[in-house]
This record gives sequence, C-alpha cells and structure tokens, in this order.
Amino acid sequence: MYEFNYHRPASLAEAKEILAANDEAKIVAGGMTLLPTMKMRLAQPSDLIDLSAIEGLDGIKDTGSAIEIGAMTRHADVASSDVVKAAIPALAKLADSIGDAQVRNRGTLGGSIANSDPAADYPAAVLGLGATIRTDQREISADDYFLGMFETALAADELVVAVSFPKPKKAAYAKFPNPASRYAVVGVMVADTDSGLRVAVTGAGACAYRATAFEEALSSSLSAEALEGLTTDSADLNSDLHASAEYRAHLVGVMAKRAVQSLGG
Amino acid sequence: MAAAKAVHKKTTRPGAAGPEELQQQDGLMPTKVSLTLNGEAVSTEVDSRTLLVELIRENFIKTGTHVGCDTSQCGACVVHVDGRSVKSCTMLALQAEGADIRTIEGVATDGELHPMQEAFREHHGLQCGYCTPGMIMSALDLVKNNPDPDDREIREWLEGNLCRCTGYQNIVRAVKAGAEAMRSGE
Ligand SMILES: Cc1cc2nc3c(=O)[nH]c(=O)nc-3n(C[C@H](O)[C@H](O)[C@H](O)COP(=O)(O)OP(=O)(O)OC[C@H]3O[C@@H](n4cnc5c(N)ncnc54)[C@H](O)[C@@H]3O)c2cc1C
Ligand code: FES
Ligand code: FES
Repeated sequence: MYEFNYHRPASLAEAKEILAANDEAKIVAGGMTLLPTMKMRLAQPSDLIDLSAIEGLDGIKDTGSAIEIGAMTRHADVASSDVVKAAIPALAKLADSIGDAQVRNRGTLGGSIANSDPAADYPAAVLGLGATIRTDQREISADDYFLGMFETALAADELVVAVSFPKPKKAAYAKFPNPASRYAVVGVMVADTDSGLRVAVTGAGACAYRATAFEEALSSSLSAEALEGLTTDSADLNSDLHASAEYRAHLVGVMAKRAVQSLGG
Repeated sequence: MAAAKAVHKKTTRPGAAGPEELQQQDGLMPTKVSLTLNGEAVSTEVDSRTLLVELIRENFIKTGTHVGCDTSQCGACVVHVDGRSVKSCTMLALQAEGADIRTIEGVATDGELHPMQEAFREHHGLQCGYCTPGMIMSALDLVKNNPDPDDREIREWLEGNLCRCTGYQNIVRAVKAGAEAMRSGE
C-alpha cells in the first residue's frame, strides 16, 4: 500500500470539505474493494475518508411505496432485515448471495454501486427495480446511473447517501455465481413494477444494463416460455478466464428464465 | 461504531515505488489507536496503512490470528469486531478505533477450551491448524444468530474460510457439535 492520510469525519459536511481540499482523496466505506485494490497498488489515494462515524448514513426505512437504504448499510443488514424481506424479498436474497459472511459484514450498498464492478450484484437490483440514487447533491434515476465499467454518473466529489427501491409487485434475482468469489458471472433481476416489466442484467456487460427485448416479451406474457427463442448478442459482452462472451450471452437467457420461474404468484 | 473523530496528518507522500519511497515510509507519522482487545482496554501507535491483523499480531503479539492470503479470500484472519466476524486483513487498524475486538485468544476461559474449540479437537476438525482460528471465529458468529445450523447452513456460512487440509467434512461436524454443546450450555 502507498501511504495516505486517514480521516474519520463526524459529519457529511466535513467529509465533503476534506474531499474538496484533496484531489486524490477517496471515500472508504466497507473497504472490501478499495483496500485490496490499494494493497495491489492499483489505487493510490492521498487521503482516505472513512464514512463509518457519520450518523444517518446507514439504516433501512419503509417509506410506504419504497424501501430506502442508507449508503453505509452493510450487505448483512440488508440480507437479514425483516423490512426488506417483507417488501422486496428478492433484494434481501440478493444481498445474502454476495461474497461470504465476512464480506457481507463489512461491504456496503453505497460502496458497491459507487464502484460499479461489472460483476457486482446490487447494480442488477438498482436497475431492475428502477431505484433512485440519492447523493449529497441530487437524485439520479437508475436508468441514468450506470455508465460503463467502473463508471457511474457520480461526480468526483459526489457521495451516495441512500438508495430508494420502489416496492415491486413481484421480483426475483437469479445468478450464476463464480464458484470462488460469488461475484456474478451473470445475474438477472426480473421485476414486475408499477412502471412496467423490468429486466436488468449484471456480470455480462461493461456495467448493468436492461434487456429490452426480454422486457417486451415478458410484458406480453410473464412466463419463461415467452423468452424461448430470444438470443443475446455476445458482441459487446465480457470475456475473461471465468467465461467467454458467448457463454455469458447464453447464461443471460438461462438466468432470466430462472428468475421468471421463481417470481411466484 | 464510536463516533470518534480521527485525522491522521503527515507531510510526505511517495511519487512511485522504489528505494526512495522506502525511505519516505520511515518518516510516516504514527497515530494513536485505542480499542478493546479480548476485554482489555489497549492503545498503541500505528501508521495509517497498518492493517488490523498487523495491529493484532505485531503490536499486541496475539499470533493466533493468521494471515493466509492477505487478499480477503481465505478467512484465516477472521476476528470479531463489535461482535461481527470480519477479515482483519481487509480492515485498517485505524478503522478499529474505539472498537471491541475479540480474537481466538479471547475465546477460552481460565485455560479451559470453549465448547467450539473442544468440538474441533474432538471431531478432528483440523490437521495443520492454520485455518482453525478463523474457522472458529467464523463459526461462533454463525451460532450467535443461528444456534442450530444444519450442514448446508454451516457450509454456506463457511464460504469465506478456506482449509487446505481437511476437506471440510470434519469441520462441518465440529461446528455442528460445537453448536449443540453451546445450546446445552456445556
Ligand atoms: C472475497 C470477496 C468476494 C466478493 N463477492 C462479491 C459478490 O459476490 N458480489 C458483489 O456484488 N460483490 C462482491 N464483493 C464486493 C463487495 O460487495 C464490496 O463490499 C463492494 O463492492 C464495495 O463495497 P464497500 O463498502 O466495501 O466499498 P469500498 O471498498 O469502501 O469502496 C469502493 C469504492 O466506492 C467508493 N465509495 C464507497 N462508498 C461511497 C459512497 N457512499 N459514495 C461515493 N463513493 C463511495 C470508494 O471511494 C471506492 O472507490 C466481494 C468482495 C470480496 C473481497
Ligand atoms: S488473510 Fe485475510 S482473508 Fe486471507
Ligand atoms: S487444517 Fe490445515 S488449512 Fe485447515
């Protein structure tokens, strides 16, 4: 690790101040992505701003039509939350499928979506459920948020404060996990929402994206059969030692069908 | 987590890797960190990059917590931070300011093995023993929330703990027996 200055501010305003004063400063949330990256010397922040002492950044609230989850809420707390389990069980299940128990005890929602790892699970839920990302400056709709590999609509000095997930009529997430890390080789969230049928795919492309052809097919008939014969173009998909682009393209269809099948009544 | 405010300021910063940087590292300013370790209030000085596992092993000479991979994969370094199992190789010592840390050394009482430790011995849940402290700390966190886990739940929970010797069979058996012993208050 390269050396850095460590800060643990007690307020968001103070965190913003440190961030503004240091070009190369970085936020640390759970550290489950950032610290390993720093150990490999792939990141060299001048300053680390630890958000863990700031009140009000974690917690889960039912706002009636949505579930709002603070940026610093750990994966384990989303997975075990009775509020999430009652309103969006697919989201609790998704959080419970991330990495391992110790990763879930530290990793946060804000860290996951700020990072936008192409294989991360949460982006599928954020996009699939049509969530709204609340930052310290504005609200960003999920459709405008994920821009590319490790790239989001967040400005350099912008902090995720919370994510609001509208309650779907029903939703399910199916993933083909990497057997070692549990990251999604491909993961698909299918959600029947008030604003229509949504299908979001993670793991396959540079970042989470919506499978519009699948959405159209499922809008006319919400059944696995409706997806029969639909194919995914592998041209822009990821290819690495875990899976080829062609295999990922195939998995998108398989995971989408599995998600539809587990939607239930 | 305590709302203590900690700012670690220092003056040097390396441009690139190499001998020059090593010299600058010597100039890192130590920062005080205070925490509870196995029930005892302790404090020491660390540099900002010090990992929690280094703090535990090198500053406090509690070497039961192991480093297997140093890449957040193997779980040999699992300790409890404020009651939850975490990988201490992926947390900074300064992030543990004010925290309550429990390591494998804090599990036995008065020289008597904890029922979970006893179960690992009884059921041959270890061979070389390298993964064992992490396995036990992880298992104790499981049992806290799920006092009667079945085999599948145990295997899923131990996803983040790798063992290169046992093939896991006896580890699962040990955790199950340990949980049972804990339930019956042995
Ligand atoms: C062994 C292992 C297995 C894993 N398996 C999975 C898996 O199966 N699925 C999965 O989805 N993930 C997985 N992860 C990643 C894990 O979920 C991370 O915790 C998560 O991606 C990042 O969250 P964090 O809180 O640790 O963020 P950090 O590492 O602290 O930060 C990540 C990035 O986000 C920025 N950031 C953090 N919080 C904010 C904020 N509030 N506002 C703006 N920027 C912010 C940081 O500056 C940094 O650039 C795994 C990690 C490990 C180590
Ligand atoms: S040493 Fe920490 S997970 Fe391997
Ligand atoms: S007993 Fe040797 S690694 Fe587990």
